[in-house]
Amino acid sequence: MPEYQTHPYDVLIVGAGGAGLRAAIEAASSGLKVGVVTKSLLGKAHTVMAEGGVAAALANVDERDNWRVHFSDTMRGGQYLNNWRMAELHAREAPDRVRELEAWGALFDRTSDGRILQRNFGGHRYPRLAHVGDRTGLEMIRTLQDHGIHTGIEVHMECTVLTLLTDSGRIAGAFGFDRERGHFLLWPAKAVVLATGGIGRAYQITSNSWEYTGDGHALAYRAGAELLDMEFVQFHPTGMVWPPSVRGLLVTEGVRGEGGVLRNSEGRRFMFDDIPELYKTQTAASEDEGWRYTQGDKEARRPPELLTRDHVARCINREVKAGRGSPHGGVFLDIAWIKTHLPNAAEHIRRKLPSMYHQFKQLADIDITREPMEVGPTTHYMMGGVRVDGDSQMSTVPGLFAAGEVAAGLHGANRLGGNSLSDLLVFGKRAGQFAADFARAHSAPAVDRAQAGAAAQAALEPFDRGAAGENPFQIQHELQERMQALVGIVRTESEMHQALELLDAFSARAARAGVPGHRQYNNGWHTALDLPQLLTVSEAITRAALLRQESRGAQFREDFPGKDPEWGKHNIVVRRGDAGEMLVEPRPVTPMPAELTQIIEEMK
Amino acid sequence: MPSQAPTQALFRIWRGDTEGGRFQDFTTQVGSGMVVLDAVHKIQAEQAPDLAVRWNCKAGKCGSCSAEINGTPKLMCMTRLSSIDLSMPVIIEPMKAFPLLRDLVTDVSWNFRVKKTIPKFTPRAPDAPDGTWRIQQSDADRVQEFRKCIECFLCQDVCHVLREHHKHDEFIGPRYFVYTAALEMHPLDTADRVPDLRHKFSLGYCNITTCCRQVCPESITITENAIIPLKERVVDRYFDPLKRLFRIL
Repeated sequence: MPEYQTHPYDVLIVGAGGAGLRAAIEAASSGLKVGVVTKSLLGKAHTVMAEGGVAAALANVDERDNWRVHFSDTMRGGQYLNNWRMAELHAREAPDRVRELEAWGALFDRTSDGRILQRNFGGHRYPRLAHVGDRTGLEMIRTLQDHGIHTGIEVHMECTVLTLLTDSGRIAGAFGFDRERGHFLLWPAKAVVLATGGIGRAYQITSNSWEYTGDGHALAYRAGAELLDMEFVQFHPTGMVWPPSVRGLLVTEGVRGEGGVLRNSEGRRFMFDDIPELYKTQTAASEDEGWRYTQGDKEARRPPELLTRDHVARCINREVKAGRGSPHGGVFLDIAWIKTHLPNAAEHIRRKLPSMYHQFKQLADIDITREPMEVGPTTHYMMGGVRVDGDSQMSTVPGLFAAGEVAAGLHGANRLGGNSLSDLLVFGKRAGQFAADFARAHSAPAVDRAQAGAAAQAALEPFDRGAAGENPFQIQHELQERMQALVGIVRTESEMHQALELLDAFSARAARAGVPGHRQYNNGWHTALDLPQLLTVSEAITRAALLRQESRGAQFREDFPGKDPEWGKHNIVVRRGDAGEMLVEPRPVTPMPAELTQIIEEMK
Repeated sequence: MPSQAPTQALFRIWRGDTEGGRFQDFTTQVGSGMVVLDAVHKIQAEQAPDLAVRWNCKAGKCGSCSAEINGTPKLMCMTRLSSIDLSMPVIIEPMKAFPLLRDLVTDVSWNFRVKKTIPKFTPRAPDAPDGTWRIQQSDADRVQEFRKCIECFLCQDVCHVLREHHKHDEFIGPRYFVYTAALEMHPLDTADRVPDLRHKFSLGYCNITTCCRQVCPESITITENAIIPLKERVVDRYFDPLKRLFRIL
């Protein structure tokens, strides 16, 4: 087999975004040897792009907030398909995790009495998002990075994991390669934490960076772990739509939190036209009440622009399809209008939303303090992922843990904005802690070198085919285009059957992918090796979406537009069958304990 | 600058590795709103699949796609083609202050090693019994400017102490002066990095030409707001004649 270097660890973390770094810090704090593998340079992971804020019931701005309200908001947003234990732990522990960041050097925006300021966001009853302008993710990842580098962790930058290694069903480490120089690497480990993020690159229009190829989802699935909720892909309602080269780039929900409104080509605030039953009592009755809410009036209810993302995305889609869209196929998002209510509105917008101001000015020649933005839905977040135990974050494979976007459960059928950054902290810490416990309780597993050898051989095949093979960029491009068209925001049975047939064809083509050149920083080769992961998650999404014959949260079925109470009691599990086939089955939701049910009843 | 963007443009891209290299010309279609990174990706997908380029967010937030475009250090993802004269070849080269890995990708690992040598954040005891602090926004503002840094290392690339004089072993560069300033001016921090600034980090090598500030994609006022105040701290500590007198007495 090809040569490789070996770096053994007690705990190996795959991914260096917020969840991976928080897990690494926790695991290292107990004195274990911890390694982190990241596809990018340190500090570049997708967390850096998070804008609006981190949700935690600190109650600094509205004293009525507490973990119970946050818990019930999260469950309602997820349409009660959430893992309630995770939703409970998340709501209880998020405030401590945010305060801990401050002790590590993070500098959040402040209230007038010097505490951490919190802002409004979709689906959150009270102002709950701690933030730094609209660059909260950068603040978080930099804080974790700068703290983490002094904890003794070893970081392998620009390395990709090709396969997880197992020893009689238990995790034994990982095998992969160094993207910079093309060397193979073996990381034996007693416990592995997946923190690889999402799957956005399976779609054409996405806010996600190239890294989001579903590696953790696919690696866990192949190692025998169960995946959960794979049909629930979040389409964020507001991505840029023009110019074409930035289509999909995120426009933070913070714009709406600060008073931004959505209008169609007729100038109508169409979000008032369709308010779901579940949110009727919580939504403003007039434009004026909505405005007062964004300005901190505690008597006012939130404007319909701050309904959950699944709903807002569908409303935008409907306006565009009905011919009431903006010139480039979106709708208008207007923050400039607040100048009719606020003196110094332009200055206020630049201070609260500096990155958005910069992004539109530089990339689209639009001054958001003067004119509306054009926005439309963009593939943003994966609610589904590795099925984990709510307390420990361990998957169904002993020793294999998952945290952050790659893990499923917290968000159910739809995630609330701001809950991903708190997810990273709460469950990154838990995964690191329980992975460390697992590593201490178990001896080193045996590493099967044949597993590593097979992965290395397969990885080198694209070079054998060279430039005569299929162009990996072309395959990826077509896959993204087809997934967007056939398994996107609006789904139907016939199209998804078509998608499954096409995925077979793409798999056959991916097996013929070829690249010229050598192993040093070869983007073509990297893309060829991403294809199997993208294909696995695409198939899992499609099969789960086909099985769920109803519309709920992020899943909208044109052929089954209503909710089905039976499906409301089931999650969908995806796992690999003995013959390598993909199995998809409903799994009843675990009944909630009485005290949590009572909280939900009280908050209705 | 041409008023109507041409439909084709010529890109002259550095191809090579540690052994050496040369420029290679590529002609490709260009369209409305495109940035330099779009053109490089198009060339990669259609003509040169093994062309090495490092990128991530394509939104100016991660600082991965730093390169030199027509001689100026820039982020490829934030450089619109409409801002470039496309009647001439667009020259794209890797950063020069770091060792080349391949094509447009350099080995920037030195930066990560330097950061580890800077004493970490050390907060004072919490202000409130619940373990939290009180900070006024006006005190946070100054440091928040520095914390906008996306670590693209363009400031390091353009700094003559690193680029021309290769003082990587003695000098930490503008990025890490900004980082040190953020720690030194952090309202909660109690550590003292002034001796290191003078002796280990060679702050004195900087002769405030403002090259770094001019290339910063986040418009951080590196020279005036970070480096000069740090220099003042070093001067106050070591070169104030009155204080020297007191020390002798």
